Amino acid sequence: MSAPLLQAQNLSVQFGGLRAVSDVSFEIWPHEVFSLIGPNGAGKTTIFNLISNLYKPAAGRVIFQGETISHLAPYEIARLGIARTFQNIELFEHATVLQNLLVGRHCQRHSSWWQDLLFTPRVHRTELQFRRHAEEVIEFLDLQHYRDSMVVGLPYGVRKVVELGRALAMQPKLLLLDEPSSGLNVEETEEMGFWIDDIKNDLGITVIMVEHDMGLVSRVSDRVLALNQGEVLALGTAAEVQAHPGVIEAYLGGVDDE
Amino acid sequence: MRFYFRTRYEQDLRLFKDNGQKFWYGLLVIVLLLAPWLLPEYFISQLVFIWIYSVVGLGLMLLVGYTGQISMGHAAFLAMGAYTEAYLQSKGWPFVLSLASAAVVSGLTGVVVGLPALRVRGMYLAIATLAFGFIVEEAVTRADGITGGNTGMTLGSLEIFGLTIDSEQRFYYVSLAVLTLCILGVMNLMRSPTGRAFVAIRDSEISAQSMGINLARYKTIAFALSAALAGVAGALYAHKLRFLSPEQFSFLQSIELLIMIVIGGLGSIHGAIFGAAFWILAQQFIVTAKDWLPAAIGQQTGLQPTVFGIFLVAFVLFEPLGLYGRWLKIRTYLEIFPFYRKGMFKRQKSYIKSERLK
Repeated sequence: MSAPLLQAQNLSVQFGGLRAVSDVSFEIWPHEVFSLIGPNGAGKTTIFNLISNLYKPAAGRVIFQGETISHLAPYEIARLGIARTFQNIELFEHATVLQNLLVGRHCQRHSSWWQDLLFTPRVHRTELQFRRHAEEVIEFLDLQHYRDSMVVGLPYGVRKVVELGRALAMQPKLLLLDEPSSGLNVEETEEMGFWIDDIKNDLGITVIMVEHDMGLVSRVSDRVLALNQGEVLALGTAAEVQAHPGVIEAYLGGVDDE
Repeated sequence: MRFYFRTRYEQDLRLFKDNGQKFWYGLLVIVLLLAPWLLPEYFISQLVFIWIYSVVGLGLMLLVGYTGQISMGHAAFLAMGAYTEAYLQSKGWPFVLSLASAAVVSGLTGVVVGLPALRVRGMYLAIATLAFGFIVEEAVTRADGITGGNTGMTLGSLEIFGLTIDSEQRFYYVSLAVLTLCILGVMNLMRSPTGRAFVAIRDSEISAQSMGINLARYKTIAFALSAALAGVAGALYAHKLRFLSPEQFSFLQSIELLIMIVIGGLGSIHGAIFGAAFWILAQQFIVTAKDWLPAAIGQQTGLQPTVFGIFLVAFVLFEPLGLYGRWLKIRTYLEIFPFYRKGMFKRQKSYIKSERLK
């Protein structure tokens, strides 16, 4: 392992008087699955929003491939190769699954709006390329059956997969998954685990995920970071973190609480 | 319902899905080309209005139906186009150039009006565009050196490449050609990345930007294109009426345009054209109906807005997809006769929040 893919250095953010994230630092190495765990309100999703710059950090910075990205706009972050999914699915509901995946290719477009208006041969060519790529994602995630369905008519479990597919269509270097298993049943969760393995091993994409299901976390993650009230509790393998006294206390409450 | 057997990705990029569609649209074009020879002049004149309103409708559809940004000041863009055309024609510019300039002037204004859209949305954007509409109406009235103010402005007859467009018939072909080009442009846009970016912004801004879509850029493009189309329509409108005055482009006109596309069906190109057709035909129908209605109803002021208001409410309640939705249902009914079932277009609620079962 050479250099870290992503570094968070002393990240802090405040909402009014609440310190949602305070002084959090970690490093993500290429080709690893890194999980963020912690009780509700620990600041996991906030860290995601800091990486994709939906929030600006009050202090600290995020470094991606050796460059500070904290000053960039969210759409510029996407162009660097950071894709994400959302806790409460954010798909384009009145579009088909295929169209959703094609939006994922947006960063790869070369045409400007007036070329699109004329649908020049160049636009035609890239559209075919985009389609070929979207079909690869469809095959990878077994979405063939839903290709032309409107998202608005799809069940929750499928939407979750479509959202993963849309992020994969971007061919990202780093993928942020916000609770990939929430709302899924046991079988679907297991399948999600296999996909995360494949994303790491076959597609070579680094994954950061926020997850509550410890079964899934221990199965797929290389390293786990436990947070509580915006602060780092423990960092290590899943087993190490689970055995950490601070983590047990955060989840189950301390002995003195009684 | 027809299933398309597709063997190449290219098939999905075509404008016409199959030979059936080619046949029907071909037939439609032939009928429309022959119409001026078969119909009395009055009907041709009404058809010209439909084409012109379809062009504005397309523009507004791009903005409201596809990008999800609201504009309550579209009559102002119509005015920009109309007055630009009238002014440039009086300076002796050829039609092709002045039409293009009308589109550009209107489009650039659209960029400026789009600026608040980068910061505000929904109700506040509606108010910002509404204010713009009033400003333009006022400016047109005051700038009487160019626009003739309240006395109005008359246009000379149109000339294209040496051919004088002096009859209703000839102007019919001009406006039909312009409309066809506009439809093709919008269709191209909607099957390419720009169109998908518009839809993405409409459905979820937060994930659109996480997909690398520059919200500011695409909202601006949507406003500009929408305004440009309204400008083109304005130029045609100027030639159709041959007389312009500020009250033709009032706040009410903007609202009517919005109602028009909602009734036509938001989010479809068909909707823009159906809406325009409905609008013009219904107006004519109301004018005719006034004569045989009892005087107590027929002679009331505000009959037309009331009727349109009722139609709007009825569509929102019973057919949210508008005339286009109704058309889809009728077509499906005919295609699969006798297997059509009442609930076929009911949305399958496979994912709803369980507390909201209704």
